Amino acid sequence: MALSTEETGRLVALLGAQADRVTSRWTEIVTSSLRGRLSQAELRRQVQDLHSAIITTGEQGDFDLSADNAAELRAALSELSRGRARQGFSATETSISVFALKDVLAELVQESDGKGALHDYVAFAKLVDEMGLFTFDSFVRTRESLIADQAEQLLELSTPVVKLWEGVVAVPLVGTLDSARAQVVMERLLQTLVDTSSPYAIIDITGVPAVDTQVAQHILKTVVAARLMGADCIISGIRPQIAQTIVALGIEFGDIATKASLADALRHVLRLTGVETARRQPRRDA
Amino acid sequence: MERVPILKIGDILLVSIQLDMSDQTAVQLQEDLAERIVATGCHGVIIDITALDIVDSFVGRMLSTIASISRVLDAETVVAGMRPAVAITLVELGLSLNGIRTALNVERGMELIAAARADELDHQLDDDPDVETATP
Amino acid sequence: MTAGIDLGHPQAQAIRSDEDVVRVRQLVRAVAVAVKLSLVDQTKVVTAASELARNTLVYGGGGAVEVTIVDNGRRKGVRIVFADSGPGIPDLDLALTDGYTTGGGLGLGLSGARRLVDEFGIETSAATGTRITVTKWSR
Repeated sequence: MALSTEETGRLVALLGAQADRVTSRWTEIVTSSLRGRLSQAELRRQVQDLHSAIITTGEQGDFDLSADNAAELRAALSELSRGRARQGFSATETSISVFALKDVLAELVQESDGKGALHDYVAFAKLVDEMGLFTFDSFVRTRESLIADQAEQLLELSTPVVKLWEGVVAVPLVGTLDSARAQVVMERLLQTLVDTSSPYAIIDITGVPAVDTQVAQHILKTVVAARLMGADCIISGIRPQIAQTIVALGIEFGDIATKASLADALRHVLRLTGVETARRQPRRDA
Repeated sequence: MERVPILKIGDILLVSIQLDMSDQTAVQLQEDLAERIVATGCHGVIIDITALDIVDSFVGRMLSTIASISRVLDAETVVAGMRPAVAITLVELGLSLNGIRTALNVERGMELIAAARADELDHQLDDDPDVETATP
Repeated sequence: MTAGIDLGHPQAQAIRSDEDVVRVRQLVRAVAVAVKLSLVDQTKVVTAASELARNTLVYGGGGAVEVTIVDNGRRKGVRIVFADSGPGIPDLDLALTDGYTTGGGLGLGLSGARRLVDEFGIETSAATGTRITVTKWSR
């Protein structure tokens, strides 16, 4: 969808002739729609950027949003929607910054009242629609990448692997273990075993709300993989109701050591590695 | 065809696999190792696979066979340095390498062999049958 | 390693010997790196390719492999086609069972490889041989 050379010329003339008035009116409409959530000065700057990008595009050739001469305009629109998406504005609030131009154009065309005014307005309005849709698209893209980033961060946050003792690492699992998370946890744990040269890992499931066959599968696979690498895993933090589910579902943990608490698991590992104090101390206290 | 070198360090044979082995190379390694165990009288074999970026069922089977052969020849085999991605893949593939001892790295592997050796000597003294290590 | 490979086109590799199986692994690895599979997924697809290439050699009497980059709009992936003109697989269900083998292996080649990839297709007949197509998508 492109404007003809004549239409482009008239658009540039229309917007260029009264540049100040156009941007002021445009800013006014946008400001009222956003109800003061962005400062007038900031909005005016954005509107001026768009305005000058439109003029530049028109001066360099026929107006076509997908053509080379519109690169600057596309960049300006993308930047606008990226900014709005990051600041938490809705899609409507974002695209209205572009659609406001239609109102301005309507007023200008009406004033000029020349021959073919209606024809011009329809052509210009189509162009503004196209710009609006472009804005909308890049708004959605930005939001999607924001969501993906956040999901990744959440994944990172929720799966720490900590070193408990020389040669002992622990991974406290918190929250629901879906397949993607289980995979991340598994890889992170195994990599930490290599990096720290730790032959023991404790998988603590105190914070896991429910254990079903799938979660159990993931844990079992991790344990088997760790064994292949030369490390042993202990599962701790099995709450009573989880123990019941495990038995009810017929999940076999085989010869994998399971302990009620992280402390028990650590004590078990320390005993295996021959650390004496860990074994005697609690008995004397008891 | 390339051959995997076998190094003798003290009482241990060290095989560090550094190349993407063809099946033939793997079979050759199996034969070479058996000969070297007998020739040197070593009681420990460490196969370092730190550099291997995959272990498929053929190599997995070779590792199992080497472990069995060396056991017959009174030598302990430890596979050391398997990468996490390789371990995860082997689990998915369904290969559990039963009967093979594993260690995180060559150093740990040497400790494991020394410990196993000490255990065995103890066994010969007091004949306690159960103390095999936790890592199968 | 990717330098010498033009990844815009499907990459073909004959499977006639042990060394060719190694080449298949290296080729699949290069393509898997190019489509940015995670390290674990690279390892899985290369391992699957190794199993299937060996099957092609041992049971199919040799054949060829073709590696292509695929794109479904959202994700990229590696597609590998193994083709041989061997005797085909008489009982497919049985061949896909863990532990079943006629070649003295562990019987994990076909069934294991299927678990390592996202898509697994197999066409086999005594007349035309066996054609296995596997795909692994990036996450």
